Amino acid sequence: MRKLQTVMGMTLGFILLSQVFALPAFAQDGGPTDDDVNVIARELYCPVCENIPLDVCPTQACEQWRATIREKLVLGWSDDQIKDYFVDQYGPRVLAEPPAEGFNALVYILPPVLFAIGAFILFMVMRAWKVEPPTPKGKGVTVESEDPYIAQLEQELRRRDE
Amino acid sequence: MEIIDNSTTENNEESPGKTPRPKWGVVLVWVFVLGLLAVLGIGLVRSQRGSIRVGDRVPNLVLSTFDGDEIDFADLRGQIVVVNFWASWCKPCEQEAVELEQAYQLYKDQGVVFLGVDYVDTETEARAYLAKFGITYPNGPDLGTRISQAFRMLGVPETYIIGPDGRLAAVKIGPYLSLDEIVNQIETVMAEHK
Amino acid sequence: MVANIGYYVLVLTFLASLYGAGAAAYGALKRKPEFVESGRYAMLLTWPLLTIASAAIIWLLATGHYEIGFVASVTSNSMPTYLKVTALWGGQEGSLVFWAWLMAAFTSAASLRKWDRDRELLPWFIMVTMITLAFFLSLVVFFENPFARLWLSADGQQVTAMLQPTGAVPLNPPDGRGLNPLLRHPGMIIHPPALYLGFVAYVIPYAFAMAALITRRSDDRWIRITRRWTLVAWIFLSLGLILGGRWAYDVLGWGGYWGWDPVEIAALLPWLAGTAFLHSVMVQEKRGMLKHWNVVLIILTYALVLFGTFLSRSGVLSSVHAFAKSAIGPMFFVFIGVTFIVSLSLLINRWEMLKGENFLTSVFSREALFLLNNFLFMGILAVSFWGVIFPLISELVTGQKITVGPPFYERANGPLGLGLLILMAIAPLSAYASSTWKTIGRALWKPALVSLLVPITLYFGGIHNPTALLGYTAASLVAFVTLYEFWRGVMARRRQHGENLPLALWRLVGRNPRRYGGYIIHLGVVLMAFGIIGIEVYQTETQATLSKGEQVTLGRYVMTYDDIAVFDTNDGRNVARAVVSVYQDGKLVDELYPRKDYYYDSQQAVTIPGTRSTLADDFYVILVGLDPDSQSDATFKVYHNPLVNLIWIGGVVFSIGTIVAVWVISGRRRANKTPSASKSTRT
Repeated sequence: MRKLQTVMGMTLGFILLSQVFALPAFAQDGGPTDDDVNVIARELYCPVCENIPLDVCPTQACEQWRATIREKLVLGWSDDQIKDYFVDQYGPRVLAEPPAEGFNALVYILPPVLFAIGAFILFMVMRAWKVEPPTPKGKGVTVESEDPYIAQLEQELRRRDE
Repeated sequence: MEIIDNSTTENNEESPGKTPRPKWGVVLVWVFVLGLLAVLGIGLVRSQRGSIRVGDRVPNLVLSTFDGDEIDFADLRGQIVVVNFWASWCKPCEQEAVELEQAYQLYKDQGVVFLGVDYVDTETEARAYLAKFGITYPNGPDLGTRISQAFRMLGVPETYIIGPDGRLAAVKIGPYLSLDEIVNQIETVMAEHK
Repeated sequence: MVANIGYYVLVLTFLASLYGAGAAAYGALKRKPEFVESGRYAMLLTWPLLTIASAAIIWLLATGHYEIGFVASVTSNSMPTYLKVTALWGGQEGSLVFWAWLMAAFTSAASLRKWDRDRELLPWFIMVTMITLAFFLSLVVFFENPFARLWLSADGQQVTAMLQPTGAVPLNPPDGRGLNPLLRHPGMIIHPPALYLGFVAYVIPYAFAMAALITRRSDDRWIRITRRWTLVAWIFLSLGLILGGRWAYDVLGWGGYWGWDPVEIAALLPWLAGTAFLHSVMVQEKRGMLKHWNVVLIILTYALVLFGTFLSRSGVLSSVHAFAKSAIGPMFFVFIGVTFIVSLSLLINRWEMLKGENFLTSVFSREALFLLNNFLFMGILAVSFWGVIFPLISELVTGQKITVGPPFYERANGPLGLGLLILMAIAPLSAYASSTWKTIGRALWKPALVSLLVPITLYFGGIHNPTALLGYTAASLVAFVTLYEFWRGVMARRRQHGENLPLALWRLVGRNPRRYGGYIIHLGVVLMAFGIIGIEVYQTETQATLSKGEQVTLGRYVMTYDDIAVFDTNDGRNVARAVVSVYQDGKLVDELYPRKDYYYDSQQAVTIPGTRSTLADDFYVILVGLDPDSQSDATFKVYHNPLVNLIWIGGVVFSIGTIVAVWVISGRRRANKTPSASKSTRT
């Protein structure tokens, strides 16, 4: 509560809001549109609330951050410059994904490596199983009958009933 | 040939291998499970311990102020430093803003340094806030949230008073309710370090 | 008074569960069946006791006893009664009791079977479930007591405690803080219980698996006994996830249904392991293979249930879903640590006893394809798990908080999901043990040819996005193959038994409910895939600030802003409600009322979108803000969400499929007892 005030505070009549950028459209004359701002905001995360993209975060703080994006756009900054500015200001957590450098590169490296190892193991397992001749004993193989399809269904049912 | 164990798992975390219960697979699984528990355990300890405690040494930090100065905490050794965390979007911070400035006026000639750290804020609103409450002591953004993370701060407002020895001397979580409360806390710290 | 009774009942239940676990284990070790029986009675006692305790909490909530800390924290005078009652699971304390109540209900129900030849499993089943129950009860008895009173301590602090602290005076607030407004939504009333039901029900197969390991039973009785339980757990977990998505779509106001939030993923992880289990368990039943793997999966599923619960309740992760920072973290940590280590030790110790009975005869056999399916599920699980756990590791190493967000998961899980879709199309055509690429090819070419028409049509219809084309082709292939399977089965029955179409279909499903229930589930997944691809690839949005009478255009839609009203309601809200008209291709099609509700008691706002919903798309309007000066200029965010409704429809189909599978399994069991019964149904 102490941390975040909601946008709806404005209906309570906070005077402070007279200079708020909550309604950025007043900069509509040729300036960046709300959509221009949201394109960048969508790829940034609110620095104080957890895991909420900046373009949909309803708090007043987020309104201010969107206003900041607008200010920077007016100054002619590029998307990357704005993102870098946010990282400098608020730390790497504002990015939807950590930059792939240093220790954090691990987040991208590990999954494909694990996948490759897993695929290799799966391949080895399957090959190992294949070595044996087809089931000498144990639960049997499909038997042909007048309709192979229905026979197979019936047989699977029998197996389940064992 | 004996029966080939077909239990082997294609899962990367579980024990792989062709023979029953491969040794290195078991070791790997244990390393994984215990490692996971360790990460969770340390994460838990971190989330539970709260902000730094009175008596802890405050790490060396640099505050880049809105006026373009660089204030190194290390250079302030020997003085009492009042570090106030605030943000323009923080309503409770407004309760104590004027009182903090009054306290600064009282103590600025007595070897007490006031610093305002603006926690995840936007510059335009932050400057407006400083102007609105007539705050004159040095203030700067908490770049990359490094300062707040060093104090393991939980929310704004919070105020940390560092003694001349560079150790944390007093903490106030939440807003000060009166000028007296600030004065009392500073006086206590001054008395302790006489 | 009621609070005291409730608390002592909780303590009593805690003791009963401890006794049950101890007596059952002692009875089994010393071969004293009377102790096992006594343990079982203790177990059967827990559910009625917890019912009393839950009723006590509900009564306190409904009658506004704000002197109780928990009641004051989740209810307020302005809340309607049904919300006060369901606030039971709106906070940590109540939801833990609710959780324990569900667990007691499930374990009691599961123990009321005929144990006959599984009698040796009973004591260990009791022990495992009762230790788990005792743990959850210890959390409420010692840490998160829902019956604790509010006191004003001598130094003016507000404290909650069961007994009067020295020098403290009782506090009796006239009103409570009220439930988090985000939770005051019908979806939120069902979503947590559904998830909890899913989570809790997994303790049953887990307990049976552990009992089988402890008693060295190498057969797969535990799988047959728990078959229905795993499906029940799975359907609730699936339902919980789908309802959660629906709730997010309706209440969170970001035009989406799934945000890859860590706590969402924590609920997805056991679902992934559980789904893999549902597939691989069939291989064990039919072919006697994968015995180890199935035990691993069921332990993994349960471990992930605990892991997810720990993450969301301990404060380790911060998330929109997380409960407030809590004292139960360390206790919980010890419990999951012990559970993981004991389960793993037992599994490794008993590894040799689980031997497979069969061999893989073909890489195109159904068991091989199920293996591949499990591989892909485990891949998604590993990626998602890594994404959740990595920020924790990174913060430990680099000292910086980072976010691992949707792009990471989508990039990694998208291709794996596509792989699952393709498998879903091939696997139903394969047979156990004997398929070759030729037999599959013979069955596949007709549906494949038909489904190739889909991308061609789409391409000429203007859809050129490769992800969409690929996804839609795969999904259509699944649909055609599945429908073709139904067709083949029905035709075969008609030939063989001379039944008419509906009867043949009915009997076909009835004779092999799990297979055809599964196919219905697959069709549900296909619908959801269509919806997900639609909204993920083709969602468009725009935002604009309008004065009354102005309009904004999005694709074929035009929205005009007609009016706004700001008013207080008698349930403690301040509502800003806009009226907008929606035109499609120039024709007025709907009037919507996007609004923002500000809750005075909890000082939070909720954005309720206005949605025009059709099968083809949703037109979704959010009232972002209202100009404080004019009180009439308003900012709207407008989304166009194609095909999103297929996700919910798919969810319904999905549920129907699961019910078919569960329902007929129970029907079959009855039929098994009287062998003549199954004969008579066929004549």
